[in-house]
Amino acid sequence: MSTKLPRWLIAFSALVYLFLHLPIVVLVIFSFNDSKYAVSWTGFTWAWYQRLLEREDILRGLEASLIVGAASTLVSAVFGTLIALALARHRFRGRTALEAFLYVPLVTPEIVVGISLLILFVLLKVPLGLATITIAHIAFSISFVVVVVLARLQGMDRNLEEAAMTLGADEITTFWKITVPQLWPGIISGALLAFTMSFDDYVITSFVSGTGSSTLPIVVYTMVRRNIEPSINAISTIILVATAVLIYLADRLGREKGA
Amino acid sequence: MNLRQRILGFYHTRKDATAWTLLAPGVLWLVVFFLAPILIMLGYSVMPRGLFTPVKAGFTLEHYQRFFDPLYLQILWRTFAWSLGATVICLLMGYPLAYLIARSWKWRNLLMFLVVLPFWTSFLVRTFAMIFLMRDTGLINATLISLGLITEPIPLLYTPFAVMVGLVYGFLPFMVLPIYASLEKLDLSLLEAAEVLGARPWARFVRVTFPLSLPGVVAGALLVFIPALGSFLTSDLLGGAKQVMIGNLIQNQFSAARNWPFGSAASFIVMALVLVAVVWYLRIRDTAPGGAEAK
Repeated sequence: MSTKLPRWLIAFSALVYLFLHLPIVVLVIFSFNDSKYAVSWTGFTWAWYQRLLEREDILRGLEASLIVGAASTLVSAVFGTLIALALARHRFRGRTALEAFLYVPLVTPEIVVGISLLILFVLLKVPLGLATITIAHIAFSISFVVVVVLARLQGMDRNLEEAAMTLGADEITTFWKITVPQLWPGIISGALLAFTMSFDDYVITSFVSGTGSSTLPIVVYTMVRRNIEPSINAISTIILVATAVLIYLADRLGREKGA
Repeated sequence: MNLRQRILGFYHTRKDATAWTLLAPGVLWLVVFFLAPILIMLGYSVMPRGLFTPVKAGFTLEHYQRFFDPLYLQILWRTFAWSLGATVICLLMGYPLAYLIARSWKWRNLLMFLVVLPFWTSFLVRTFAMIFLMRDTGLINATLISLGLITEPIPLLYTPFAVMVGLVYGFLPFMVLPIYASLEKLDLSLLEAAEVLGARPWARFVRVTFPLSLPGVVAGALLVFIPALGSFLTSDLLGGAKQVMIGNLIQNQFSAARNWPFGSAASFIVMALVLVAVVWYLRIRDTAPGGAEAK
């Protein structure tokens, strides 16, 4: 049968790709532009990147983001993996309801998650800061880790585990020696996604961060609102490159065969 | 018996216990820091506003009644209309793209990667990219002026147009992914059969391809509509003070306006709309032709 694609479809798709990518490309190019105000190209410079290093708020924001990201990723990766194991390997009462419950955070608008957590923390008189941001990030990351790890578990060969048990290993030994190494790429892939989301989150964080504990997105948001100097382009470019690398790694590991 | 054996013995006799031990930490976390806060929020939405505290004891439906005020009805309507508009535009742009990717055997992976890439890049950065293009001194206006087509910058930013472009730009990948997934696994022999039976290309598309890709279309529509309903950053940064959506209304009640119960009621309305959309999707998915196996 004829599989040739009509010309108009190719042209149209090219335009859609342009729409998806051109704004980012332009943003990156102008992070190297010499002029402060003009959008015309006046020459190449690293000045805006150097300027970033002088800004205390950005460096502190980056530090806060890395701390929150590392802590929330660690906890949500462990909790999410355990839930995925229970769902893939065990039958228990209330399973369907639990699965539905686990999907709700994936579709809940960020603004709802943010304000409801703010209400909880204020009600319990928990001071807002890095701890509350971390708690919030764990809460929205767990379900994503579950989805990623569960997908890997469902494609996993269980014969190795059964062989280990037949050869006399107990559940705990089998788990550490067989299951975890096989599952490792899935766990890392889920963890990288959790870190990316934590590193990028603005909406939820803005409600539970309080004053004096700003993550990088909070700082960038303030910059976007206040001034228009090309340092924003520079920090945006750095964030873009960092997330692109993380996602590429997550994708590679997600596809890799277990060790 | 050492401790290890005792623990294993316990789990051997109680099979449910293993599952619940694995589930406990994560599920407990979600109950305390996801479910409970939303229930408390629901409680706040039916309590009177306090003088020095966010709420005081009592029961009232006044915060929900306030939405019948034309001002708030307008915000609700705008949120709904813009989300729907963004969904339709995403469909019109995303369907042809998904079709092209599903039919280009050689470049499939690369083309798909190019769709997924922006999906994972920072939403805040992407919204800033839109500002960079659309502001008065932005690239679009500067280019048009230097070409001599206009003398004064056209106001693009802080208009409904800017918000719509931002929503489409932000959520388009969500539309392409599920449509591509349903087109990719479409059984090509059905199209061959249609061709043998004399169907022209357009008829083959309308009567075979499109109906079979409907589950993907519905899923994509939902994946765009839901985040658009609750969107905050797009209208906040691209819409300015006049183009308020319900997300901005909620944020305002928890910052400047300091009316937490009203903000809670607004949040709950968004949450309810989202849940209605999901339930509607699940029902369609289970009844559509060839739908059950599509994601």
